[in-house]
Amino acid sequence: MLKRLAKSIREYKTASILSPLFVIMEVVLECLIPFVIIYLGNAIEDGVVLWGTGWNLGIGQYAIILLAMAFLSLACGALAGAFCAKASAGFAKNLRKDIYYKVQEFSFENIDKFSTPSLVTRMTTDITNVQFSYMMIVRMAFRCPVMLVFSVVMAFVIGGSLAWIFVAVIPPLSLILFVVMKKAMPLFRRVFKKYDNLNESIQENVKGIRVVKSYVREDFEKQKFNAASEDLCVDFTKAERLLAWNNPVMQFFFYGVLSSVLILGCYLGIQSGSDMTWQISQLIVYGMQILMSLMMFSMVFVMIAMSVESARRITEVLNEESTLHNPENPVTEVANGAIDFDGVSFKYSASAERNVLEGVDLHIKSGETIGIIGGTGSSKTSLVNLISRLYDVSEGCVRVGGVDVREYDLTALRNQVAVVLQKNVLFSGTIKENLRWGNQDATDEELVEACKLAQADEFVRSFPDGYDSYIEQGGTNVSGGQKQRLCIARALLKKPKVLILDDSTSAVDTKTDALIRKAFREYIPETTKIIIAQRISSVEDADRILVMEGGRIVGIGTHKELLKNNDIYSEVYHSQTKGGKDDEE
Amino acid sequence: MKNKTPAKKPPLSKGILGRVVKSVFKFYPRMLTIALVCIVFNAVVSSLPSLFMQRVFGALKDAVEQGVKWDAAWQSVMIPMFTLIGLYVLSLISGGLSKQLMAILTQGYLSKMRERMFNGMQDLPIRYFDTHNHGDIMSYYTNDIDSLRQMVAESLPQLLTSAVMVLTLFAIMLYYSVWLTLIVLFGIVCVMFVTKMVGGGAAKYFIGQQRAVAKTEGFVEEMMNGQKVVKVFCHEEEAKRDFDKVNEQLYDQTNRANRYANMLMPILGNIGHVLYVLVTLIGAIFILGSVDNVSISGSVFYETEGGIVTIGAGIVLLVAFLQTTRQFFNNINQVSQQVNSVVMGLAGASRVFALIDEQPEADDGYVDLVNVKEENGQLTECEERTGLWAWRHPHAADGTVTYTKLEGDVRMTEVDFGYTEDKIVLHDVSLYAKQGQKVAFVGATGAGKTTITNLLTRFYDIADGKIRYDGININKIKKSALRKSLGMVLQDTNLFTGTVMDNIRYGLLEATDEECIAAAKLAGAHDFITRLPEGYRTMLYQNGANLSQGQRQLISIARAAVADPPVMILDEATSSIDTRTEEIVQRGMDKLMEGRTVFVIAHRLSTVKNSNVIMVLEHGRVIERGTHEQLIAEKGQYYQLYTGAFELE
Repeated sequence: MLKRLAKSIREYKTASILSPLFVIMEVVLECLIPFVIIYLGNAIEDGVVLWGTGWNLGIGQYAIILLAMAFLSLACGALAGAFCAKASAGFAKNLRKDIYYKVQEFSFENIDKFSTPSLVTRMTTDITNVQFSYMMIVRMAFRCPVMLVFSVVMAFVIGGSLAWIFVAVIPPLSLILFVVMKKAMPLFRRVFKKYDNLNESIQENVKGIRVVKSYVREDFEKQKFNAASEDLCVDFTKAERLLAWNNPVMQFFFYGVLSSVLILGCYLGIQSGSDMTWQISQLIVYGMQILMSLMMFSMVFVMIAMSVESARRITEVLNEESTLHNPENPVTEVANGAIDFDGVSFKYSASAERNVLEGVDLHIKSGETIGIIGGTGSSKTSLVNLISRLYDVSEGCVRVGGVDVREYDLTALRNQVAVVLQKNVLFSGTIKENLRWGNQDATDEELVEACKLAQADEFVRSFPDGYDSYIEQGGTNVSGGQKQRLCIARALLKKPKVLILDDSTSAVDTKTDALIRKAFREYIPETTKIIIAQRISSVEDADRILVMEGGRIVGIGTHKELLKNNDIYSEVYHSQTKGGKDDEE
Repeated sequence: MKNKTPAKKPPLSKGILGRVVKSVFKFYPRMLTIALVCIVFNAVVSSLPSLFMQRVFGALKDAVEQGVKWDAAWQSVMIPMFTLIGLYVLSLISGGLSKQLMAILTQGYLSKMRERMFNGMQDLPIRYFDTHNHGDIMSYYTNDIDSLRQMVAESLPQLLTSAVMVLTLFAIMLYYSVWLTLIVLFGIVCVMFVTKMVGGGAAKYFIGQQRAVAKTEGFVEEMMNGQKVVKVFCHEEEAKRDFDKVNEQLYDQTNRANRYANMLMPILGNIGHVLYVLVTLIGAIFILGSVDNVSISGSVFYETEGGIVTIGAGIVLLVAFLQTTRQFFNNINQVSQQVNSVVMGLAGASRVFALIDEQPEADDGYVDLVNVKEENGQLTECEERTGLWAWRHPHAADGTVTYTKLEGDVRMTEVDFGYTEDKIVLHDVSLYAKQGQKVAFVGATGAGKTTITNLLTRFYDIADGKIRYDGININKIKKSALRKSLGMVLQDTNLFTGTVMDNIRYGLLEATDEECIAAAKLAGAHDFITRLPEGYRTMLYQNGANLSQGQRQLISIARAAVADPPVMILDEATSSIDTRTEEIVQRGMDKLMEGRTVFVIAHRLSTVKNSNVIMVLEHGRVIERGTHEQLIAEKGQYYQLYTGAFELE
């Protein structure tokens, strides 16, 4: 996992290395400063001059050295900070890019495996977590141990045997910090889970407030919420109280160290007859640094541990291999719009038990119009998805223009086989921009022409800004029927040899629906048209209609033929026209 | 539903901090007092050690100068030492206690605040939910509560501790030496300047980063949602190019923001060192130059004994002062670091209070709905469920109470209404539905169909005209009673986390399992529910994400059926669920409509045809009304709709 993630550091490797280097320099300087201060102190006590000669430095000289060190340390620290910012932001950028690019390579099967919200979370929250961890690693994870080691070394240099006190407290303090963190972490995980649940239930309540109010369930909801909130409070308090011990424990050790250093320092000083005031006061500074770096280290450790889950989710996407590949020496020309299914069986994943399509044989001539009818789960969509190779067949083969779809260049194939998906999407941008998805270089006249075919021109012109009207994210500012017609126009701009409409006119009224089909017949007669619909009226004038059930084609023929000899078809037909019949009776 | 404006940030009023403290105090008067006392005590005690350290060092120096050994000198060292240890113990106890108390107090407070927010929110009018972005409402419970937590649990105690310590240490520094204190003060001014400069830069870029993050998230969400379309149009390269632009921008802002933030710490830390050196240097000059000290304690930089100047006392003073300086400086840093999160916490708190302060839905109704028994044509009120309901109408004038049987007769006369005062969306709408009649609303999106149902339930109040329910003005009816008598099945089904049974029982909390199952059978939901892995005990999450849209609708029909209200408001689904499920859903709806007064926003021809009256709405006006046959004969708008020339939405 780490290896996979590390690949995304790339051009930020320098910054990622420079940052800890400067951190180390900063720490070294920071540890040397108290050491020089002792000399400064001794210089004062010796009561000599401000400016010494030779090796006998005076106060002024020490002050200059110290100031220089402080500024140098400042520079190192600032540089480390800047490099760290660059490294972590850059790492996050590359990770985001890698995931995004990876997803672009995904086949439909891969996309189905990760749901959309989960992909979004991975690219936002999870990356932010990892970025934060990386910042911690680059800066703190180096700073703390180096600071610890260096401070101990310096403590020995100036304090001699007194430094053993520090060495003695490190193990018990680390142990206690470790135990507290170890206990707190699962506790916090549980609490956050509960917290999320609580917030989810609030969201549910806000969304369903009309239901709550119309059933007068306000008090019921309050009770439910208050119980959950109190339950959360109990757990939260427990976790927080555990963590609240960290600080007093730290203080206890700090005070202990301080007192011991003072007493022992005085004892040693008095016994040896040497004034150790400066040594002792600077030893205390080192003691503080040692304990602080232990504390910080344990916190860094927790933060990193918390982001492991995010890192795992990210690598999961990065490691995913696309299940569809472009063939070597691909065919780039689609001869015509003829489509053949030969003994096709299909299931969504190799491990699935049941085929969703079973032994389908179907031959469609170029330019034919085919309607498909069938209930939910009858695999209508699965059938047409195989034509533009959105999925690969499990058995048999699908041919377009006489060539197996697996031999085509994917782009070439999909440009000639246009699909208007069931769950269709317009993107934020102008209508023109959206339409040009079909063809980058389409002229304005071509856009208008396509919209006229899709019966969209009229309403587009009625918008204040016409073709330059802005579509909001998710196309929320156009009606469902308008959205569907724009999507059809977008697909038409490809000038495809095969056009597939997957339930794409469900929100369009029957009259307009008929006009669209009429336009298809008149203006793009050579294009093979496949229309999936719920409404019989959308398919009844097709050359042939397929009736699907349970992954099989159970009927094929014209409207009249099917009415006569296909039970399912006639049942659907009658249920949809029943209203009219009642009226006649 | 319309006009969703992003919530405006309420201005930060000065009183917010006081209000936060006051509200904590109200919930935990004793605990907060003890915690505050402990914090202050701990702060004072923690600033004193340097005083006694000075004594210890003094004793050490004396002993060394006089050449005495430990046996003789130990007392002079250990007496201040014991005081010191005593102080440490006190500091540990008060510190530990205050931390524990604050942990309990913060979580308890947050939980109570959450409950107050939620409870208050339940009583807010629908208008509030329609005019506020749901994401913004959620952020009260997440972001704002979190920043409030940060403030109450960490920033405020830390700020208090630091403030008290700064004051105490300042006094101690004055106690040692006024001259040296002045130097430290100069350093502090520098620090504040730097913090403001660097911190301000960081703040600017952090806002930029927030924006870039939001933009990236929006972009990613949109593209991931449309990923299949991207594939179908072979648009991958363009999608990558657009993404790179957004991503690069985010990188840029993040990098700058963090650069500033990361640099602040080393800068502050090293200014501390510089200050330390300066104080040492100047202190040394004072000592060597035999400068007369000005101090509270009467400490001196030098002593003269018989013409000989000794500097031992001066050095002890300097060391102690330096120790204090370090502590003082650390605390100033703390203050400058906490200020930001306190400001953020206060912003959060003011938003939380804004939610709590929202005006609850007013209800002046006094007519209540009660169970009654009918004996010899007389209605008498009773406790048990009889299935027979009546309006209990007390008359203030003569103190009598009359009972009117609940029948479901609804009349609207000349109603005008607008969501905002300046824009009327319903004009002069009148309608009457006698008990058991079916009224269908037909018209384009925005014609006002949903608005009428909003008025019947009094989610909104009419501007002009009258609505009467069983002859009673609905303004006189308690809202809870009114809504209990109306059932709703909305197009967007909302289910709650819980079992299928829980969700059905939502309609009538007292309903037995049998009654719920009977309702499910009526709705036609029983079949599929029994086929779920755990039948009626199957858990539903996230608005029943594990069910199909049709199935969710069936459950919501069962929920309405178990409530068994005399009047129903139905909103038929437009979206294409497959023909067979749709048929089951329609059968369920038809069953539900039997014998009730029904208002239906119709999308299905057969529903419209079976209605007693069809109201065709356009731009908030009733443009045609009548039965199917009448309207067809009129050859007006309805005729056009019927023949499919218009989209029925």
